[in-house]
Amino acid sequence: MSEQAISPLPTRPPFWRDVRILAILGQVAFVLIIAVVAGMLYANVTSGMQRLGIVGGFDFMNQTAGFDIGVRPIPYSPSDTYWRAFRVGVINTLLVSILGIVLATLLGLLIGIAQLSSNWLVARLAQSYVVIFRHVPVLVQLFFWYQAVFLRLPRIQNAIELPGPIYLSNKGLIMVGLTATPSTSWWFGFIFIGVLGAVMIWYWLKRRQERTGQQAPRFLISLLVVATTTIIGWLVLATPPLELSIPERRGLNYRGGFELTPEYAALLVGLVIYTAAFIAEIVRAGIQGVAKGQKEAARALGLSASQSLRLVILPQALRIIIPPTTSQYLNLAKNSSLAIAIGYPDLFSVSRTIMNQTAQTVPMIGLIMFSYLIISLITSLFMNLYNRSVRLVER
Amino acid sequence: MKRQILTLWVGLLVLVLVACGPQPTAPDQETTEPVAETPVDTTEPSVIDEEPLPTVAPTETAVPAGGTTAQAGDLLQRILNRGNLICGVNGGLPGFSNLEPDGTFSGFDADFCRAVAAAVFGDPEQVEFRPLSTQERFTALQTGEVDVLFRNTTWTLSRDTSAMDFGPTTFYDGQGIMVRADLGATTLQDLEGADICVQSGTTTELNLTDNFRAQGISFNPVVFEEIDPTYNAYSEGRCDAVTSDISQLISRRTTFEDPTAHEILDVVLSKEPLAPAIAQGDSQWRDVVSWVVYTTIQAEEFGINSTNIEDFFDTENPDIRRFLGIDGELGAGLGLSNDFTVTVIQRVGNYAEIFDRNLGPDTPFNLDRGQNATWLNGGLLYSPPFR
Repeated sequence: MSEQAISPLPTRPPFWRDVRILAILGQVAFVLIIAVVAGMLYANVTSGMQRLGIVGGFDFMNQTAGFDIGVRPIPYSPSDTYWRAFRVGVINTLLVSILGIVLATLLGLLIGIAQLSSNWLVARLAQSYVVIFRHVPVLVQLFFWYQAVFLRLPRIQNAIELPGPIYLSNKGLIMVGLTATPSTSWWFGFIFIGVLGAVMIWYWLKRRQERTGQQAPRFLISLLVVATTTIIGWLVLATPPLELSIPERRGLNYRGGFELTPEYAALLVGLVIYTAAFIAEIVRAGIQGVAKGQKEAARALGLSASQSLRLVILPQALRIIIPPTTSQYLNLAKNSSLAIAIGYPDLFSVSRTIMNQTAQTVPMIGLIMFSYLIISLITSLFMNLYNRSVRLVER
Repeated sequence: MKRQILTLWVGLLVLVLVACGPQPTAPDQETTEPVAETPVDTTEPSVIDEEPLPTVAPTETAVPAGGTTAQAGDLLQRILNRGNLICGVNGGLPGFSNLEPDGTFSGFDADFCRAVAAAVFGDPEQVEFRPLSTQERFTALQTGEVDVLFRNTTWTLSRDTSAMDFGPTTFYDGQGIMVRADLGATTLQDLEGADICVQSGTTTELNLTDNFRAQGISFNPVVFEEIDPTYNAYSEGRCDAVTSDISQLISRRTTFEDPTAHEILDVVLSKEPLAPAIAQGDSQWRDVVSWVVYTTIQAEEFGINSTNIEDFFDTENPDIRRFLGIDGELGAGLGLSNDFTVTVIQRVGNYAEIFDRNLGPDTPFNLDRGQNATWLNGGLLYSPPFR
């Protein structure tokens, strides 16, 4: 790169003073720097791995895992492969993330609206909620929920017995559960048809209302359609598609039934309460961002407070609420990796065990990053689609 | 405007220079050589940044010279240049390595770190302890953050072949299970359906599963990352049992409110030879670590300890004379001073002294020597000859 420049045209400055050329050069240099740094990192990793005699690739994932996992949403045994173990971890992460996102949304919406309540006590309570839970690190909260709340429940010998039967102890919540039978998938088919029919009827009724103004309880009718096909499916099938499984004491634990471990509960509660505090602030900002005249106009039309919130304010607030909420959803999914601190076998925790057994740190870290990336990308894809559907239609 | 453009231009030039500078292929720039020759060194500055010794600056320039020969032998020279040994330990395991209120580390593993420092520098205090979790330890070793790992690490084939080497076993251990005494369990069968707390990042998880599978007993693992939550969950009753190396169970049991309420089942799930680990590929450093461990064992075989060693300086026994560096060049062959064994024994002690000081009858652990006696006393400790 020589500093000697050919004498420029009289109308143009020399190239080292030409802003357009400098801008391009700047970008080229920037790309070069990134490429060089990436290249150095890659060379460092590969030379390090070669020096230490680690073979790359994912072949090791087909070996027998050999370790057990405490929470198994899909059938898994130690004789399965590492891939299977990894899948169990991914599903455990999804179980927390998806339910967490749903609950955090509901709680956040509630708290956010309550913050603006005209009731002094409700508004103050909601505001203190936000202050407390937004300002304490989520890991600290998780430890609090796990060690100070869920582990402090009575031991299993003195489990709290609620009607149902439901047993509550520091080994978790155990209650009557449902187990699948061979005809379950057929039954799900019936339910699927019911949902499909319900959606069609809902849209047809909506169209009719828009055309003729005739109102009908759309929601109720749709629900009825789903319920009908569900019951018909149950009756038509030869064997009942679901069976009750009642927990019974065997050995040191209860067997059968539905079990909720304290680790899962602590993780879910911790993440939901933490994320809801942020969502509440977003909701409050969204509602306050809607022009005051809209609310007054809704009042003038004779809509009740809840109607004006539901039909006028929230639909407009959603435009403001959704983009920042998406980041909160992503945060929740990523924060779920803190599960490792409180013993919940999520994808990160399981991967760490695999790493430790195989010493394949680099491929596993890559796989973990890739998995979180996919989860995040899918979440933002759905949120972007939703965002598109609620944003202002520009004419 | 003119000044802005000038600034931009200068900034650009700087950026380009920076981009070209550390490129690994640049062969003729002397300043870049440490990066190009020894990739490990890129992580070193964080290790030595608080280094007080004036030898640091020469270190930077000295490395390329050494780097031109070979990888082997690098580490010992680098440790000598640095002026202290960085030793990876557990840090939270009383009896093995535990951070004391006054900021020092005590314990069996910590003393072996001191023994290596004594052999290398002639001073057991020239060691910096680095507490590591089970997960961090191998990465720390592989990246060169620590020189050696005395961190109750089990020597296994898969670990030995993947990125690290092991020295001789310092402690023969086995995996056990601790349960609450009121459970009345005596065998694994009594633990049918139990929730068992395990710390991840150990061979413990695998051994546990293997043993229960072999006997067809079902159980639920609850896996934690750190040692404290593991034992906390057990003592709160979340788990019916907790499993780890027996030495660790004994050590942690002393920290419970009522140690007598917990008992360790008379079941050994696995062999756990705990050995020092070093990064793979440096045979000189491996020799140093190994023979320091053997020194403590051999000293016990000879009956030499820190109090009576001076009586042996005028011995006629040729084995002992070689061992103490009076005759021969054994220490020099390792790249150490010829009488490194004397320093180790005088300043730290022989194996029996290290064991008794940290785990023996006068400690809360009251561990039996058992397999950790010398071969002369029916144990497994055996040092190859010093000749």
